[in-house]
Amino acid sequence: MLKIDNLHAGIEGNEILKGINLQVNPGEVHAIMGPNGSGKSTLSSIIAGKEDYEITEGHLDFEGEDLQDLSPEERAHKGIFLSFQYPVEIPGVTVTNFLKTAINEIRKARGEEPMPANVMLKMMRDKMSLLEMDKGFLSRSLNEGFSGGEKKRNEIFQMAMLEPKLAILDETDSGLDIDALRIVANGVNKLKGKDNAIVVITHYQRLLDYIVPDYVHVLFDGKIVKSGSKELAYELEEKGYDWIKQEAATL
Amino acid sequence: MSWKKKVTTGSNRKLPPFNFLDLEALKDKLESSFLVFENEVNGERNSYAHKIRQEAFKVFEEKGFPTKRDEEWKYTNLKPHLKQDYRIFPKEENTVEFKDVKRFFLSDIDTYKLVFIDGIYSSWLSETTHKGFDVCTFSSMLRKYPEVVKDYFNQALPKEESLAAINTAFAREGAFIRIKKNKTADKPIQVIFFTTDHQKEMWMQPRNLIVLEENAEAQIVERHQSLSSHEVFSNSATEIFAGRSSRLHYYKIQNDQLNASLVDNTSVKQYGNSSVRMGTFTFGNKLVRNNLNFFLEEEHTETHMDGITIIGENQTADHHTLADHKVPNCYSNELYKGVYDSNAHGVFNGKVMVHPNAQKTNAFQSNNNILLTDKASIDTKPQLEIYADDVQCSHGCTIGQIDEDALFYLNSRGIPEKEAKALLLYAFANSGLRNVKIDELQKKLNRLIARKLSVELDFDL
Repeated sequence: MLKIDNLHAGIEGNEILKGINLQVNPGEVHAIMGPNGSGKSTLSSIIAGKEDYEITEGHLDFEGEDLQDLSPEERAHKGIFLSFQYPVEIPGVTVTNFLKTAINEIRKARGEEPMPANVMLKMMRDKMSLLEMDKGFLSRSLNEGFSGGEKKRNEIFQMAMLEPKLAILDETDSGLDIDALRIVANGVNKLKGKDNAIVVITHYQRLLDYIVPDYVHVLFDGKIVKSGSKELAYELEEKGYDWIKQEAATL
Repeated sequence: MSWKKKVTTGSNRKLPPFNFLDLEALKDKLESSFLVFENEVNGERNSYAHKIRQEAFKVFEEKGFPTKRDEEWKYTNLKPHLKQDYRIFPKEENTVEFKDVKRFFLSDIDTYKLVFIDGIYSSWLSETTHKGFDVCTFSSMLRKYPEVVKDYFNQALPKEESLAAINTAFAREGAFIRIKKNKTADKPIQVIFFTTDHQKEMWMQPRNLIVLEENAEAQIVERHQSLSSHEVFSNSATEIFAGRSSRLHYYKIQNDQLNASLVDNTSVKQYGNSSVRMGTFTFGNKLVRNNLNFFLEEEHTETHMDGITIIGENQTADHHTLADHKVPNCYSNELYKGVYDSNAHGVFNGKVMVHPNAQKTNAFQSNNNILLTDKASIDTKPQLEIYADDVQCSHGCTIGQIDEDALFYLNSRGIPEKEAKALLLYAFANSGLRNVKIDELQKKLNRLIARKLSVELDFDL
């Protein structure tokens, strides 16, 4: 589904990613862990298509198509979704209207009819109960005045509504208390299927107690220095990142 | 001074017999037109109202048109807009079919209507009342209510402003709305001025008087609309008196054709505990200049001035506002949002005056702008003059571009660039609608905003 091959990328001449290789197949959950500044958020931004970054070497394929040729909205139309670490506040546009616009733009791009209002409303209600959200949420301005937890929950709600093939969750656990974390993780788990994949980007292991990864990758200094099963996450939690840094240094 | 001759064909003017493209020429024309006007209103010549007209005309004769040398006009050059061979009085009476102008009305809700065609009241298109309150014409007020003339005519507008003075000199027709004590206008009142095609540039000067007596309430929508293929210059003036504990919502829709100019002189006097919400929504016209003054005469008044300006091409929108805090304990809040595309030019000059005894004043002002091109420009000038010490005043202005992070956020949800930008601009501007309490008007303004941002959004904004 997603194939990243020797990806080098940076911003304003500073190389941040220094040769990433990653393959994500349908039905898989991958976790990318790493200390601050290792390039985690850069990687997620590049997959979603943020233009600030320059790709200097290597490539990214999504379902056989070179992602570099696609704008962020085209990537969304193909089924890529990024849950933002810092969702943007947009006063004056309600959650409902935002979602309606997004869903119907995606459908339009796929040559489908707009989703009937009643179908959309029912879907919204279903997904909200999945995430234990209050229905007053829908008429609030997008992210405006939302708490950190509400913002993250709103990201996952959008994911649930847009039903992406590939969802990248960038530090979704930051700013969540343990109850919210459980609810959000529950929601994500219910959205998991054999045809879609999830990449969880996180600094800490605790989210992975709830969203159990098939693979864990450790990103350090722009490279994936170690990959393994979910046990790797526990090892990191226990020992911290220093041993990885040392290992990387000896490589 | 240059006396250039303009070559025109097919026009058949009587007065004045010359046709110059100079400000002096327009001034001369207004002077001779004033003589004609005086003859026309011969019966009123010794009236109190006419004395005020004559005084006002003297002010204009002495001061002439404002130029860029005037502090209040340094950012907007009126001259090019005045260099037209305007006709001061329409030569023939034209009619307008409702179906052709329906779109300029709020037509899905019941309203009172005061409609003027080329400065003449159209009883056909209007719906007036005298039951409990008056929704009628300025001319009938002049005839029927001498006490109103004495108490209110030219009592709010600053006497020294020459454009307002011209309007006063020719003041004859427009809206007269008086809501009597403890009455509420049971439906919104629309005031619309149409200018039809006379194969000629037209100079219009509607005059409105709004009086809310104690504890009265009304909602008013004002609009000027040209239907002409020729230039129209509207020099409009409105005086508003908000009596004690009265509540007024007043909305100005400025969305005229690009060959129309509007100078709107509006002055409001507020008395104890009154609340006035003024919305100025500017999307159209070649030039809009608003001189919006609030004089807070008694304590505990509440004033809101909101504005949304979305213009492009070579349009100019110039907002000059004043909140004049003369007494303690008044509250004023001003929020103007502007989006400027192409070569558009905006001006915001917000003056807040807090007099020495106006303690406990709360005055807030904010002006936020987005420039969409390198050629669009905005001159923004908050002007706070505070002579009292126990006050809360703040002002802020911003000039920016579209937030790239927000744009990426919307793009990443599948919303294409153009729609995403429109959505963000809508989100930016829309807080200016916060005080619009007429649902249908809010919808209409939302549609205007969406259209102005030239995008079909998927939801009814």
